[in-house]
Amino acid sequence: MTDKLNRNNMEQRAAHIRERAGWMRQRLLGMIVAAGQGHPGGDLSATDILASLYFDVLRIDPAAPDAPGRDRFVMSKGHCTGALYSALAGRGFFPEAELDTYLRPGSRLNGHPNRIYLPGVETNTGPLGHGFPVGVGIAIAGQIDGADFRTFVLTGDGELQEGSMWEAAMLAGHRKLGRLTVIVDRNRLQQGARTEDTNALEPLADKWRAFGWKVAEMDGHDHAALLQAFDAAAAPRDVPLCIIAHTFKGHGVSYMRDQAGWHHGVPNAEQYAAALAELEAEAGR
Amino acid sequence: MSGTAPSEGMFDCRNAYVATLEELAADDPRIVAVVNDSVGSSKLGKFRDRFPERLVNVGIAEQNMVGVGAGLANGGKVPFVSGAGCFLTARAMEQIKVDCAYSQANVKLCGISSGVAYGELGATHHSIEDVAWLRAIDKLTVIVPADPWQTGQAIRAAVAHDGPVYLRISRMPVPELVRPDAPFRIGVAETLHDGGDLAIVASGTLVHRAVAAAELLAADGIGARVINMATVSPIDEAALAQAAATGAIVTAEEGLAHGGLGGAVAEWCARHAPVPMRMLGFPGFLPTGSAEWLMEQHGLTATGIVAAAREVLQSKRGG
Repeated sequence: MTDKLNRNNMEQRAAHIRERAGWMRQRLLGMIVAAGQGHPGGDLSATDILASLYFDVLRIDPAAPDAPGRDRFVMSKGHCTGALYSALAGRGFFPEAELDTYLRPGSRLNGHPNRIYLPGVETNTGPLGHGFPVGVGIAIAGQIDGADFRTFVLTGDGELQEGSMWEAAMLAGHRKLGRLTVIVDRNRLQQGARTEDTNALEPLADKWRAFGWKVAEMDGHDHAALLQAFDAAAAPRDVPLCIIAHTFKGHGVSYMRDQAGWHHGVPNAEQYAAALAELEAEAGR
Repeated sequence: MSGTAPSEGMFDCRNAYVATLEELAADDPRIVAVVNDSVGSSKLGKFRDRFPERLVNVGIAEQNMVGVGAGLANGGKVPFVSGAGCFLTARAMEQIKVDCAYSQANVKLCGISSGVAYGELGATHHSIEDVAWLRAIDKLTVIVPADPWQTGQAIRAAVAHDGPVYLRISRMPVPELVRPDAPFRIGVAETLHDGGDLAIVASGTLVHRAVAAAELLAADGIGARVINMATVSPIDEAALAQAAATGAIVTAEEGLAHGGLGGAVAEWCARHAPVPMRMLGFPGFLPTGSAEWLMEQHGLTATGIVAAAREVLQSKRGG
């Protein structure tokens, strides 16, 4: 994995993430089709972010998922388990074959992640507005101890309509949690409509800055740009960092891209075949 | 509240809470306190002065307070998340359910000034639903200490217990109970008065009143067994079996009777040993008034418990 990569060679690192993200997309679509349910839109908007974190950035060891000094990743948008589980399996937290049990009765791969069953999950999420405050608490524990682990939280953009998110943002800014990074999966769609037509978030970067955060923005499907942002996040700083990753729901499958209807749609056999063909063509590019 | 200032021989359990927490924190660097601007009402000023970096004040934001507590537990801390019981439980219920109980985070939730301690402030500030709400949540231990000694013991037990705990800390003045020299254990009730005619199962501020009631009943030749059910969840089933064996039960608590301790006892008895019961507690939203006045109005006194005991004995005898 990353050990074999030259970390100074961004082209090589980005190519590795591109390959892993392509694999995650194929895997998660297969899981959703087999299960007959899921959240493909948000899974696919978050895939490149998760691939960058799990296959390059996070200092984690699947053999020691509770190691005190590990980097923490908190999936605040807990419904996007197709992406999260494929990343965890790909990183070695549990056997890849177990992905085939997604949403089956008694499976560890519940619709929303459960740390009691599944190694690599830091806190149970699902209802929106929960993971971020927990991530802030983790970062405060590190701040009290002077620990050097980093905490990353991935939130949806619609999730920022929850009041608890801004309670957490305010506290993180106040406490200057310099080892905390929040990534906003800014796909501009929530369950049934555009965020800006529902309860507008813009000017979003200004909001974070006003809460005492540093803000970076980039194309959330550009692997080199994501890795550069995460590299910069590792540099010493005295304020928390918000990365606004501009993404598209359903990215990688053209008929799903930017379509609210694929928030929790399931491809039929023909659509699934078309999606796989498109992902394979992209992989071979 | 001037109406709840302890008189001689009576104690505010918050003092035992903070004294124990400071003592434990001196030896255990994992212990931190998390508050919602409630340093004063939680009496944590001295803790803050001794351990400034271990007092996390999130401001007036209860949902964040509980989520941050779960995060601190993830980071290896043992957080005591302290706030007025009414706000801590109602505002942050989903965080208690998901971040603490469902995630099995090692968080200690302290509902301060629970029950009707804030009597005059009205139903917004009464925390009478908390036990009913929280005992419905799986894998969350719920403890209602009865006096300063038990408050301190419960804090120690909560630190030793790996998992989420709700501690209901009262500011209502209570005496130190006279009890056999037995350590407090989570899930194990204590019997404070023997008797075979009926059982009085009480929690928190009602326990000393139940003992007083048992003494009044004894003077009339009625034997009342008094059980201090400090752990409401998981409840002590062996103690309930002993209570039911008397053939009549009165429950008493500073909270809703339905759903709370009374509800828990009734559920167990209905399943295992139906006996006549009287459940003393509050019926719902209460008018303004001092805590003592509110408790008198609803029979939450020694004489109120005696009256309920006589009633339930009538039922037991088929009267």
